[in-house]
Amino acid sequence: MKDLFNSKTKIAGILLGMVFLMALPPFYTSYWISLLTQMLIFAVLAMSLDVLMGYSGLSSFGHAAFFGAAGYVTAILSTRYGGGFIPCLLGGTVLSLLIAMVFGFLVAHASGVSFLIITLALGMCLWGIAFRWVTMTGGDNGISGVMRPDLGLPLNMTDPLTYYYVILAFFLIALVLLILLIRSPFGHSLKGIRDSESRMRVLGYHTWLHKYLAYVVASSFAGSAGVFWAYFNGFISPYDMDLNASIEIILMVILGGPGTLIGPALGAGIIVFLKNFISAYTERWLLIIGSIYILTILYAPQGLVNLVKEWFRSRRIKAETAAKSPDGACKTWNG
Amino acid sequence: MLKIEDIHTYYGDSYVLQGVSLEVKKGMVLAMLGRNGVGKTTLIRSIIGFTPARSGRIMFNGQEITHLDADRIVRMGMGLVPQGRRVFPSLTVRENLAIAERGADAPGAWDFAKIYKLFPRLEERRDQRANTLSGGEQQMLAIARALISNPLFLLMDEPTEGLAPVLVREVGDAIVKLKQEGLSIFLVEQNLSFARRFADYIHLMSKGKIVYSATPAELWEDQEAKHRWLGV
Repeated sequence: MKDLFNSKTKIAGILLGMVFLMALPPFYTSYWISLLTQMLIFAVLAMSLDVLMGYSGLSSFGHAAFFGAAGYVTAILSTRYGGGFIPCLLGGTVLSLLIAMVFGFLVAHASGVSFLIITLALGMCLWGIAFRWVTMTGGDNGISGVMRPDLGLPLNMTDPLTYYYVILAFFLIALVLLILLIRSPFGHSLKGIRDSESRMRVLGYHTWLHKYLAYVVASSFAGSAGVFWAYFNGFISPYDMDLNASIEIILMVILGGPGTLIGPALGAGIIVFLKNFISAYTERWLLIIGSIYILTILYAPQGLVNLVKEWFRSRRIKAETAAKSPDGACKTWNG
Repeated sequence: MLKIEDIHTYYGDSYVLQGVSLEVKKGMVLAMLGRNGVGKTTLIRSIIGFTPARSGRIMFNGQEITHLDADRIVRMGMGLVPQGRRVFPSLTVRENLAIAERGADAPGAWDFAKIYKLFPRLEERRDQRANTLSGGEQQMLAIARALISNPLFLLMDEPTEGLAPVLVREVGDAIVKLKQEGLSIFLVEQNLSFARRFADYIHLMSKGKIVYSATPAELWEDQEAKHRWLGV
């Protein structure tokens, strides 16, 4: 990282983000607070997909299925069995984990397009269950009436601002865990697999196992986000886990910048904002999202965060070259 | 150390290795020379497990590895320097090495300090991404990456391919040092004047078979063999 951002810019960015997310929300209207809450939940979802897409080079077309499955667990446990927050959080996350552990056997040997197609098919299977198992899931109608959780703390969770701060804490915990994950030796092995799987194998890595674990971890994080989504929305339906939902997460990752974690979080923010904001004015909001997608692919195929990084880097190299001796022998790429 | 007994390897229907046998003893450097397309890289792929031989046997350290997966074979102590300097482009030099590091605690083992001593250039560039290195530096990194996994045995696939003469010399110096350390090496090459600096024995390959075997000195004098099999 340090060769891409100078530390001043980075600190300024982090401070700005902190103020925006922590200090200012009490001054926002409840509409904006609820929008920010949504953004943060989807940010966790997009970051979890980034572990697969950005860091391991595995594009999943079924990521929303885990998000939805955990949402259903939360809705079913809390509306029918009076399940509290901890059982729902654990139940949703663990179910996603277990499903991913089973699906992992089918997907972890694949990569590229075949990974994409297999995850698409498996995601549709879960969607099919949500859609057809009417007695359990309510089918097309979904399940409504999910009440905000009781954390056992003296907090009024129905207050949008309180719930927002709970989600903010969840987002920060997920962010830290994912940063630790990608900076660990395991994270490096994923980047190695992304660059070249066969090279990793001739270094003695059991690449299947690493891809399997990445898939399970990413799916579990998607599940935990799904739990908070069901609580936030009070409602879960098959549309939260269909192909469109999965593609939307991919779009968030691509727009923000795969392989940066914070980029997909930003991408999630932008997409959630556009979805809510534009759809208030026109029914043709999908057209606008589609145009944004095309513009991203044409002008910022590496995503917004990488575009900004690139801009900073080229600016600094220019400055350095100008400062160095006039013979132009400078070849420094690392700042 | 490595013993290959009459292996036959196919890509689908095309019959590439047509009965190759050879042996690399401990501490020995064996070179396999030949022109493009005679099956040299296929031989490497058969040894490392990417394209297993359809018949025949490959023994490594007394164990049969013919049909094992690549990662198993590598964990048994085989190191590969792949053709074409295949490093991890988006990782830094240090990350490229850290990913491969294994068994660096043993006394005298290859660790970062020892690697940087052999290739000081890599230390200077340790925080640079591998795709910003020159071709020669990438080749050094590919060799360093194989070494830091502390293999008992090193497979090298055309380490001089596409390198400028001065870099060929530098890579050669490094291999001479490795030989002095007692590492056993099987080297696949096109460049005879490079290989003769350290090879104990040379096989020439043509159309999937070993067609000529000699010491480097004998081959160097044999104009006809050089012309016929290497085109020099």
